[in-house]
Amino acid sequence: MRFVDEFREPKLISKTAEEIRRLAGTKLHYRMMEVCGGHTHAIYRFGLKDILPENIELIHGPGCPVCVLPMGRIDDGLSIAQQPDVIFAAFGDMMRVPGTQGSPLEHKARGMDVRIVYSPSDALKLARLNPDKHVMFFAIGFETTAPSTALTVMRAKAEGIRNFSVFCNHVTIIPAIRAILDSPDMRLDAFIGPGHVSTVIGCRPYEWIAQNERKPIVVSGFEPLDMLQSIVMLLHQLRAGEAKVENQYKRVVPWEGNRAALRAMAEVFQLRPYFEWRGLGFISQSALRINDEHAEFDAERRFAVPGIRVTDPKAAQCGEVLKGVLKPHQCKLFGHECTPEHPIGALMVSSEGSCAAYHNYEHRKTAMVSLSPVA
Amino acid sequence: MTLESVSAPAKVLAESVPIRFLDPQIEMAHGAGGKASRKLVEGLFAPLLFGSSPGPLGDAAQVDINGTKVAITTDSFVVNPLRFPGGSIGELAVNGTVNDLAVAGAKAEAIAVTFVLEAGLPTPVLEAEVRAMARAARDAGVRIAGGDTKVVEHGKADQMYVTTTGIGRPLPGVTIDPCSVRVGDRILLSGPIGDHGITILLARGELDFDANLHSDTRSVFPLVDALLRAAGPGVRWMRDPTRGGAATSLNELARDCGLGMVLFEDQIPVRDTVRGACELLGLDPLHIANEGQFLAVVSPECADAAMNALKSTPGGREVRMIGEVREEPAGTVLVTTLYGGSRIVDMLVGDPLPRIC
Repeated sequence: MRFVDEFREPKLISKTAEEIRRLAGTKLHYRMMEVCGGHTHAIYRFGLKDILPENIELIHGPGCPVCVLPMGRIDDGLSIAQQPDVIFAAFGDMMRVPGTQGSPLEHKARGMDVRIVYSPSDALKLARLNPDKHVMFFAIGFETTAPSTALTVMRAKAEGIRNFSVFCNHVTIIPAIRAILDSPDMRLDAFIGPGHVSTVIGCRPYEWIAQNERKPIVVSGFEPLDMLQSIVMLLHQLRAGEAKVENQYKRVVPWEGNRAALRAMAEVFQLRPYFEWRGLGFISQSALRINDEHAEFDAERRFAVPGIRVTDPKAAQCGEVLKGVLKPHQCKLFGHECTPEHPIGALMVSSEGSCAAYHNYEHRKTAMVSLSPVA
Repeated sequence: MTLESVSAPAKVLAESVPIRFLDPQIEMAHGAGGKASRKLVEGLFAPLLFGSSPGPLGDAAQVDINGTKVAITTDSFVVNPLRFPGGSIGELAVNGTVNDLAVAGAKAEAIAVTFVLEAGLPTPVLEAEVRAMARAARDAGVRIAGGDTKVVEHGKADQMYVTTTGIGRPLPGVTIDPCSVRVGDRILLSGPIGDHGITILLARGELDFDANLHSDTRSVFPLVDALLRAAGPGVRWMRDPTRGGAATSLNELARDCGLGMVLFEDQIPVRDTVRGACELLGLDPLHIANEGQFLAVVSPECADAAMNALKSTPGGREVRMIGEVREEPAGTVLVTTLYGGSRIVDMLVGDPLPRIC
């Protein structure tokens, strides 16, 4: 498969891993946060931890949009869909995320009209096909998915579609990184920067991390070789005492971002004064809502929203895991009360959630196995 | 995994059999063939219908009638759309039943079939499926011995459902038993995985991309027959990895025999189209359904003979030795990646849901 296999080439990978071992030495311990949930998933899926030296510690960041959504938002969205003739449309990622009365899939089993869509424009298509119903798209994601929601709202407006709205949960990555850095219990040496988000926002928004916080950050792709090369680049910076923003994912990420996507976002969204993040609490100017010019497509204004606030189950330590203070298996509920089949927190649901990734790929790897091929 | 595939003999049941299935309602996941399905079968069906410890669950059961052993299986087909590239529900119903018997080491002899039809179903649609069924039965050398028809109101079913019950003749000298699997045994896979599941996903038309792909649906009996002739008692276990995919079948085996299944990622055959679709949708080919492949565990001494026999049988050219059985990690499926890393592959949890970013 082109553009994939080149970045999974075993020889290059072992060569890069060797380079990492050489650069990392043995004296210092490096704590690097991968901001994006896609990176967390890749680390486990490709078994990258097995080939990294022990003194490189990867810490999972807050970049899993499903995970950072507080449960109250899910309850709010589902309460709208409980009204007659409303279709609840969302990405597959959302379907198993628990609300207090169950996940969207459980509501579907009880009769709610819940549809999985693959893009916001599919949700708009549903609205066209079901003129007697109202289609509410439950929008989630960082700047990666926000532009497609914006374009869909623009199209709905242009076509004069009346039976479509967006329950907007789009969040922005920079305030989350700032919250992590402001957290007193966090000691980080460097960041593996998010790849997909950066295709939209570019690399400039990270400059303060390098300049003010003196932390190196490398925007990285998602294939094994991408991630290993990013670690090499970070080690070079750390050894030289530098702190720069670098772009490893040049084949996809333009330094200046995607202006057309940013324009679409600016046309449809406005910043919320504050927004609640699971684990991180209220963060100011960290999320988007539909602006006044597009108010008719804002589900929160069209429908009465209860504004439910739910605290996470007491024993669950999603917040600590999201901030990288705890590893998934250090949470008291991990693997017992909280499993992929019966998730208590969203981190156990999404394939990008660190708990699900850890549970699915890692935690029963009790013994080292010899990796020789079959004779 | 279906209720009907429980292989334990019926026992006299106490009223106080513990029910371990505590989910408050039935979800789609309980039918997806993964973890939730297994919990339903083991926690509710098996204790009430088969006694409290049913033992390993297989694709078909063996019953003994006055000293004559018969293999029996049953399966329901609720596929949407009814026709898809490479096959259709009628043909799937026959081959699926033949395959469940084949991987239990039996040659399908007769099938009884039940149609549940939705009022308003156009006759040509039904006729096409019945013809497909007749053709598949003829090709597989199995007799359709009888059937039943039910019609439900319009809107109470999705066009048509087919339920089959198949009986087969166990091939002599064959014991398919997860408990016979030993450390050092080899794991074979008859060909590329994921073709059927991805074909169906694309045929539903919900995704805006096309691919040149068709379902792998076929009878695997000729391949199983060749394998058993070549490796006979060296064949410990077989399974056709339908819903839940190869990962779920191998996890069930790992749990049943208490050993570790170690797979070599570079040896697992997956077509580029399937890989590409899985990459885009965030799915693992090991979790995707198949309808014309099977997994086998064979003793190391018989492995070469087994491979050669399969390769020289029509439809077996793409067979691979994908891994081996190890002591550790016990009860687990581990995939070793191309670069010396490794990851656990669990059973499918719920339906495979595409992710966004």
